[in-house]
Amino acid sequence: MVKIYDVIVVGGGPAGCTAALYAARAGLSVLLLEKLTPGGQMAEAAWIENDPGYPEGIDGLTLGQRMAQAARQAGAEWITGKVLSAEPEGREKTLRTTAGSFSGRTLILAMGAGHRRLGLAGEEALTGRGVAYCAACDAPFYRGKTVAVVGGGSSAAADALLLSRIAGRVILIHRRDTLRAEKASREALFGAKNVTFRWNTAVTALLGSQRLTGLRLRDTDTGAETELPVDGLFVSVGRAPATEFLRGRMTLDEKGYLPADESTETGLPGVFAAGDVRAKPFRQIVTAQSDGATAAHAAAQYLESQPRRGLRPSSQ
Amino acid sequence: MSVTHVNQNSFRQEVLESDKPVLLDFWAPWCGPCRMIAPVLDEIAREHPEIKVCKVNVDEEPELANQFGIVSIPSLFAIRGGRVVNRTVGVSSKQELLDLMG
Repeated sequence: MVKIYDVIVVGGGPAGCTAALYAARAGLSVLLLEKLTPGGQMAEAAWIENDPGYPEGIDGLTLGQRMAQAARQAGAEWITGKVLSAEPEGREKTLRTTAGSFSGRTLILAMGAGHRRLGLAGEEALTGRGVAYCAACDAPFYRGKTVAVVGGGSSAAADALLLSRIAGRVILIHRRDTLRAEKASREALFGAKNVTFRWNTAVTALLGSQRLTGLRLRDTDTGAETELPVDGLFVSVGRAPATEFLRGRMTLDEKGYLPADESTETGLPGVFAAGDVRAKPFRQIVTAQSDGATAAHAAAQYLESQPRRGLRPSSQ
Repeated sequence: MSVTHVNQNSFRQEVLESDKPVLLDFWAPWCGPCRMIAPVLDEIAREHPEIKVCKVNVDEEPELANQFGIVSIPSLFAIRGGRVVNRTVGVSSKQELLDLMG
């Protein structure tokens, strides 16, 4: 007989690991599906300084592995597999994955998000040839060189600051005239001598064929276009949620996020959205963990409200 | 088979003159995504004897990294008969890496 889990968690980042931990500790049978390795986006962070439990900081990969260990120790089953399609409707929800098909009574969707691309011609071909998405990985290759960072959020500011310590010159390009980054990182950035800013500016083209040689920029006020020679471009324009397999099966907002409030309940009974996939204003490791715990609790309550076939008389 | 760590001296023999197609990974110990895919590469080496998995530490082998124009890691190359036939950058799943090998 095919096993039917109480809870299937999709995604092994902070939301998914926390959901699996809480659900397993609540005595539920839990399967966690992760397409790669534990940690999700955290694993790309060289150093995490704002986790309340680690005042000295911790590297993202290690933190992810610890969360995965906690979920496993609590009894969650961990399978590596990428979800190809989902049937989230109905009493039993089914996922088809690269590791086989799985069924569960509830689903906690915690796939997180990935790097959003600029969507410019040649972007894919130039990735790894001057166009980069991970400053912590690639900054050392630009020692003494001229690099641009595009974006205005906290990761763009962190990337620019990291690069300012290694590259010769850093140009931060942002569509608006202020940074959304936290005050601490904004001030550090304004204090860095080799960082300059191009406000109200959009990147409209990537120059170079075998190797990135420069950028075409457009002043969003005047429309004037200029070219900027650079050795590298670090793209930090936000995230795109990993919800492709839900397209057409569940309601997504215009950016692909799952609309759900703090309860993590989606429009479908027994289906919950936790962490960065959920439409919400602030995405952090701790807010993802919070969602994970809430979703596990909500899933347990939902299961309690459901009569279990074969276990209870259905003569109510 | 396990993963073969190669350097400037062993590169020709291990990679360019390999009878089997080579999956070549440029990595560094401080790179999170590189560490994420390390177990995936170990698995491919173990489960696919027809593929030779080789790794170059860019900190120790800057000349090799330079020869391949590495400015992002992890950078992965499919090499057949000493020639690069495919490449990808960043985190990939096992299936994506097997597809890269063709």
